[in-house]
Amino acid sequence: MTGFAESAKRGRETTHTPALDVGRIRRDFPILDQRIHGKPLVYLDNAATSQKPQSVIDALTHYYAFDNSNVHRGVHSLSMRATQAYEDSRKKTQRFISAADPSEIIFVRGTTEGINLVAQSYGRPRLRAGDEVLISAMEHHSNIVPWQILCEEIGASLRVTPMNENGEILIDEYEMLLTPKTRIVSIVHVSNSLGTINPIEQMIEMAHARQVPVVVDGAQAAPHIEVDVQKLDCDFFVFSSHKMYGPTGIGVVYGKRDLLDAMPPYQGGGDMIASVTFEKTTYNTLPHKFEAGTPNVAGVVGLGAAIDYVQSVGLPAIAAHEHDLVNYATEKLLTIDGVRLIGTAKRKAGIVSFVLEGVHPHDVGTILDNEGVAIRTGHHCTQPVMDFFKVPATSRASFAMYNTRDDIDALIAAMTKVKEVFGNG
Amino acid sequence: MDELRDLYQEMLLDHHKHPRNYGKLENANRKAEGYNPLCGDKVTIYLLLHDDVIEDIAFEGVGCAICKASCSVMTEVLKGRPEAEAEKLFGEFHDLVTSDPDSMVDTDGLGKLAIFAGVREFPMRIKCATLAWHTMRAALRQSDDVVTTE
Ligand SMILES: Cc1ncc(COP(=O)(O)O)c(C=O)c1O
Repeated sequence: MTGFAESAKRGRETTHTPALDVGRIRRDFPILDQRIHGKPLVYLDNAATSQKPQSVIDALTHYYAFDNSNVHRGVHSLSMRATQAYEDSRKKTQRFISAADPSEIIFVRGTTEGINLVAQSYGRPRLRAGDEVLISAMEHHSNIVPWQILCEEIGASLRVTPMNENGEILIDEYEMLLTPKTRIVSIVHVSNSLGTINPIEQMIEMAHARQVPVVVDGAQAAPHIEVDVQKLDCDFFVFSSHKMYGPTGIGVVYGKRDLLDAMPPYQGGGDMIASVTFEKTTYNTLPHKFEAGTPNVAGVVGLGAAIDYVQSVGLPAIAAHEHDLVNYATEKLLTIDGVRLIGTAKRKAGIVSFVLEGVHPHDVGTILDNEGVAIRTGHHCTQPVMDFFKVPATSRASFAMYNTRDDIDALIAAMTKVKEVFGNG
Repeated sequence: MDELRDLYQEMLLDHHKHPRNYGKLENANRKAEGYNPLCGDKVTIYLLLHDDVIEDIAFEGVGCAICKASCSVMTEVLKGRPEAEAEKLFGEFHDLVTSDPDSMVDTDGLGKLAIFAGVREFPMRIKCATLAWHTMRAALRQSDDVVTTE
């Protein structure tokens, strides 16, 4: 588990990290080859969702053209093929995050549903009135609201680890907030609005020293950092396929087997049962206990293809490349008068958030779009972060393996247009 | 760039930089808050309504250039007008910014409000322009709920 800074440095020192052939990679992403308002598309909204390589698109088409069937239910050939493809993706996912066993991989709709599953199936039976759930000041709404709902119902309280002006967790405060009342820690690995890579290894260790289990929101980490859930020793790790070059509507909950085994199901229905009578239902074994109903089979197959693609390029090389882009973008943005960066942590992934004095991010976004540059503007589902930095919203550029320094030059040129339009160029 | 120039006209940018009737209206007898959860735009409209006439009007809040200019121009246009005219202008303004970009619109009765015709080309920004008006109408009707554009 290394941040970008470390992996980039290691790459230079040992030259084990080959430079990316970005030109070749770009040709694998058909969507990039288009014009927006007459200008070449520059896609810098990867933290919201990444684009998909042809191999993922082909996997979806192939599945529907040749293998489509319901899984786990039929004895006919197509059903066996579909089940095989579905379960193969589970094994790929297991290896991707180095889980001990494929049954620890649960497919859900996305990070949001995954955190809700953990809150409801793991949190609800454990929490009592007066207990505490500990999160951080930089959580996405999807790692705030599910816990808030639960705490409110039970009479537990939600505690928040503060951060400093750079957007870094205050680790001493975190340690103090781990009290005998803390039942669960749920923490974002990489912040989607600040880019901060949190020291989750250390945070997990501190929590475990007090027997507190840890849930990691890995939505922004999975496409950028090599994750080894056994080394991290996190209890749950949750992420979304669509942010790591896979299809939408698919996400993953990793959970330690003994924890998952002890948890009640999240939803009831088909596939999650061993036997049903009107008097009593016996639940199916893992992972099926948590996958009620017909799953998004094509999506899971697509996720498998996305993992293959990411691994063929190599996460260390992707991380080093994105690290270079973040440094370059930071340097260039700071040459623009009136730009203030929001999120200046020492360890950062491929995300740069900023505000331009006197111009609202939505006006920035509209003018950039007119130049073909797609960025995100708004609160990025992290309103408490906006409140902390006292801004209503930010502009955010976020990078993927197919972005180049030219893309950042295009962003900077488009920012000059913003200043022209607003008459302070 | 032309569409962009139509959107960010000089008069609009001027109202953004120097908003008119900005601040709390101390003797207001009507007030409403408007919120656009998509952008985080948040405005408060204050009215002094007397004998069905808007005798005074002001606004406060944070928002993008289009939102702020829309509030500013609206307050200028509505000051001194009867309530019924404000309701009528609400409809006309709404029609203006939501009409088909290729259609001709009659902006004769709209005066300064015509500068917002450029918003038609930017569907994602229509709510930025209409927030002021929805909030004003809520204040007129004295509904205490926070207005949202959703
Ligand atoms: C850090 C973080 N957590 C959670 C989510 C929610 O993911 P999804 O919308 O795929 O459920 C996101 C995505 O925006 C995110 O960036």
